[in-house]
Amino acid sequence: MMWSWIPSNWSEIWELTRENAFLGIVSPLIGLAISLPLGVVAARWRWFYPPTLVFVNVIYAIPSLALFIALIPAFGLTDTTVVIGLTVFSLCVILPNVVEGLRGVPRPVKQAATAMGYGPLRRLITVELPLATPVIIAGLRVGVVSSVSLASVGQIIGVSSLGYLFIDGEQRDFPTEIYVGLFMVIALAVVCDLILVGVRRALTPWASGRNRAAGERPRWVLTQRAPARVS
Amino acid sequence: MSFFSYAWDWVTTDAHWHGSGSIPQQLVAHLGYSGLPLLIAALIAIPLGVLIGHTGRGAVLVVNLANAWRAIPTLGLLILLAVYFGFTLFTWLIPLVVLAIPPILVNVYEGVAGVDPGVKDAAKGMGMTPWQQVVKVEVPIALPLILVGLRTGAIFVVATATIAAYIGLGGLGRFIIDGLANTQYGPVAGGALLVVILALLVLGLFSLLSRLLVPAGLRGAGRDNQ
Repeated sequence: MMWSWIPSNWSEIWELTRENAFLGIVSPLIGLAISLPLGVVAARWRWFYPPTLVFVNVIYAIPSLALFIALIPAFGLTDTTVVIGLTVFSLCVILPNVVEGLRGVPRPVKQAATAMGYGPLRRLITVELPLATPVIIAGLRVGVVSSVSLASVGQIIGVSSLGYLFIDGEQRDFPTEIYVGLFMVIALAVVCDLILVGVRRALTPWASGRNRAAGERPRWVLTQRAPARVS
Repeated sequence: MSFFSYAWDWVTTDAHWHGSGSIPQQLVAHLGYSGLPLLIAALIAIPLGVLIGHTGRGAVLVVNLANAWRAIPTLGLLILLAVYFGFTLFTWLIPLVVLAIPPILVNVYEGVAGVDPGVKDAAKGMGMTPWQQVVKVEVPIALPLILVGLRTGAIFVVATATIAAYIGLGGLGRFIIDGLANTQYGPVAGGALLVVILALLVLGLFSLLSRLLVPAGLRGAGRDNQ
């Protein structure tokens, strides 16, 4: 470990961290934006969900490197290729959580909202989505953490991220650089995860400690609804 | 030209099917490089997961391990080991085994821990020994989730064995990494297509296994867990 390498190359490390953060954060956010309407549809019309789930499972089985490569002819060796790939993977972990979150809203709560004169849209936005938020954010956390980590694979096709430190470190036979890359990827993932925990607490202030714990991993959501992927 | 036309042209070229480093050879190699770590990981993770699920001890550790696992960049880990130890059996095998354990472990644990307490009581009440309770009741009921864990692990090793070609591992990833190094998109696309097909075959295999192995009474539950 050559500690002096870190301060003398900090501006480059920081730039790569920013690029990695962009790829790893924007993708799951787009994934969330697509998952919400799809999830609402799947939660409402039940027949729509099983085929969606099969589709999600199939897409999720595709190795990240292969998916990036398949996108090259259409989008080139650009950020877009990696962002689309990571968006697709994020979608696969977020969408099931949106559906399960919405389905988990207790029926009496929905009935009460209807009885109070709420229309379907207003009920969805002001009652169902807020109650589903902890489960949706649990999915988003998985999407963000794995996207941040997976973005480094994009370096193999030349899309700049912290993966550069791995590949450059290998070519120069310089472990310090690889350690820094590993540390920064994990640190970035942890920071994003903590931010999302903060967001969830801010959005669901009513959730007490016990309820919140239940919201994170409720009985109806098996953890493998959002299986992790790291390559 | 699209990805598929590049990939198709390359895969259907007769010369790529013969000689050393041909498609059949690398396909078999890829199966070996994925199968071996998966097997070792399963042999470690299944008994451990059953033990933790049955006793409830170490549950917090398992869940946290599975969460931390997502943040690990496998490419970096593989490269780090390769820089220190060169490319050896252990440089690729150990990370693949270690990283395939968490998804299997957490699912086996969740499956066994999630068995209805009433069912466990009934097993006990019928005079089953703890060993019989585990083997005859808890594991069969947990089987759908155990298979989900093995499937996730299998898909993981297939994908990571591809990336490990970067540090010198053979298999289908060779076509991708060598093609990128020579800036030829043909083998890159062809290799990627073959990896995707392999991953989908693995997925199909597990859906077949769950049909064959999961007890009839649990089949609905198995579908739910996917």
